[in-house]
Amino acid sequence: MGKSLYEKVWESHAIRTLPNGQTQLFIDTHLIHEVTSPQAFGMLRDLGLKVRYPERTFATVDHIVPTHSLLEPFEDPQADEMIRQLRKNVQEFGITFFDVTSGQQGIVHVIGPEQGITQPGMTIACGDSHTSTHGAFGAIAFGIGTTQVRDVLATQTMAVSKLKVRRINVNGKLQPGVYAKDVILHIIRTLGVNGGLGYAYEYGGSVFERFSMEERMTVCNMSIEGGARIGYVNPDQTTFDYLKGRPYAPKGAAWDEAVARWKALASDPDAHYDDVVNIQGEDIPPTVTWGINPGQGCAISDRVPDPAQYPEAQRASLEEALAHMKLRPGQPIKGVKVNVAFLGSCTNGRLSDFREAAKYLKGRKVAPGVRAIAVPGSQQVAKACEEEGIADIFREAGFEWRGAGCSMCLAMNPDRLVGDELCASSSNRNFKGRQGSPLGRTVLMSPVMVVAAAITGEISDAREVFGVGERVGA
Amino acid sequence: MLEPIRQVTGRAVYVPGDDIDTDRITPARYLKVVTFDGLGEALFYDERFNPDGSEKPHPLNDPRFKGARIMLVGANFGCGSSREHSPQAIYRAGFRALIGQSFAEIFFGNATTLSLACVSAAKEDILALAQAIAQDPSLEVTVDVERLEVRYRDRSFPVNLPPTAQKALVEGRWDPIADLLEAGELIDQAAARLAKAVRS
Repeated sequence: MGKSLYEKVWESHAIRTLPNGQTQLFIDTHLIHEVTSPQAFGMLRDLGLKVRYPERTFATVDHIVPTHSLLEPFEDPQADEMIRQLRKNVQEFGITFFDVTSGQQGIVHVIGPEQGITQPGMTIACGDSHTSTHGAFGAIAFGIGTTQVRDVLATQTMAVSKLKVRRINVNGKLQPGVYAKDVILHIIRTLGVNGGLGYAYEYGGSVFERFSMEERMTVCNMSIEGGARIGYVNPDQTTFDYLKGRPYAPKGAAWDEAVARWKALASDPDAHYDDVVNIQGEDIPPTVTWGINPGQGCAISDRVPDPAQYPEAQRASLEEALAHMKLRPGQPIKGVKVNVAFLGSCTNGRLSDFREAAKYLKGRKVAPGVRAIAVPGSQQVAKACEEEGIADIFREAGFEWRGAGCSMCLAMNPDRLVGDELCASSSNRNFKGRQGSPLGRTVLMSPVMVVAAAITGEISDAREVFGVGERVGA
Repeated sequence: MLEPIRQVTGRAVYVPGDDIDTDRITPARYLKVVTFDGLGEALFYDERFNPDGSEKPHPLNDPRFKGARIMLVGANFGCGSSREHSPQAIYRAGFRALIGQSFAEIFFGNATTLSLACVSAAKEDILALAQAIAQDPSLEVTVDVERLEVRYRDRSFPVNLPPTAQKALVEGRWDPIADLLEAGELIDQAAARLAKAVRS
């Protein structure tokens, strides 16, 4: 029986079995940011330890960065303290830092791939749960806590237990107006927010084979929302084409060598999987969330649940979600009034997201009363959007066009909801309070659906707003 | 050698609900810190307080449960972000063990590394214990990490814990740094063998 990519990478990176039975796994690449690393550096200092391989750690600043002005000191003294701490730490320990002045700063899960730092077959760790994003390249990428950030800094290894592997096939074709975001929201809705507990997800099938790298990243990114710490796609020609020529990708003879190695890493045709799930692409609708976790979703044409129709054991959580969202049992999700539209995040803040959204936004206006903000995932994405005229399309439509960062996905910078505002959001989490106001409401959806909501002022079916299957210039 | 965690005894509090995420446990604005000090205050902040600072009804605001060392929770507790701030806040608020139906993976690992024991149990057993606590908040509860059971009064129920976490807690190896550092040369051999991203 053959092996999955997960098994192959695990075997080549396992250093030894620890006394408690866990595996000590070598981490090829470590990514850090300002929120989950300062305490780890503090622990290093307390223990008198050094960073073992500084050349294997890369830093950026993303969560607390203001997107309206990079003038320093930042208005928020806590945010200012955090960026200064990070600068001090990377300087003291000799770590490469994509600072705000570098032109390469951005969300850690956008810039890793963009720079070619993320490569197939690597183990990658980062103190951020959306590290699963990097699995799009056939890397095994772990979101870790701060103590583990310390472990990786000090030893370039960490203590982990092996996961089972679930293969998720999405075959057939996606309907017009259905995007990668809909695929992952549909998977989470189908398997549940804790369905992935104990599993790494391997995504495959014809839909994934046709997906671009950025689409694969969108899906892998939200593996964690389905409870799976790791999600990946086997590397193929699409992966190699994306990586070729990136600043940190191998060059010349080393490139050919790397491609040969990467090809051999893909799961064998007869690989063993602990579970297999098959989904038909045609069955996936444009999907939005109606509740307070990413599994509480429905097709755009659906009604939100009526708790009375559900078994008693489920009612309390449905009622809690509807009460927070201020939705009536059984009401259609379409037509719910929107106060804010947010386009960005490590899920959907890449160039192709803005390109696709701009196609439909061009020549249209944001509805009166809607605050719409577009936040590119990195300075490189921002630059490309300027060069391609995308930024102007957003500005002319009435979007605020911002600088790079995590922004309103989790509202650690000044971008946040106020009161019980409802936000049509291309981000990844609709938890209570996630977007900065304890009463704030989040409806997750694809970038094109965010644009449709911004224009109409309500949750809308983009296929109706823009004409079914009208894929302009695609 | 760290302190072995063989059992945790104390009063308990029930925080109901499934899929309690890390944004609820520690809202993101409390992450704008460069140390973990004082995070106990942030625990479930928006669930416990109104925006004007007045208290909401919440088990952790109930004076009868002040000083509890054990928290009873539902399924998929700690889902969401990898922020260690969440288990740090729980630990710093005085808790030493959690009994839940299930725990999100990153949260579980982070908690174990702090010696916070997260044992899983059947829903009925958790609800029965929750009822017993509601009737008698001073009830003494023991989470026995070694024998994998929870005891109170004359009752007990079995709990689960992955063998690796159990061993780490019971043998005082919950913080793995000493074990990791021991690998020494093995690490350097792996580093020499495995590729790294290089700007060229």
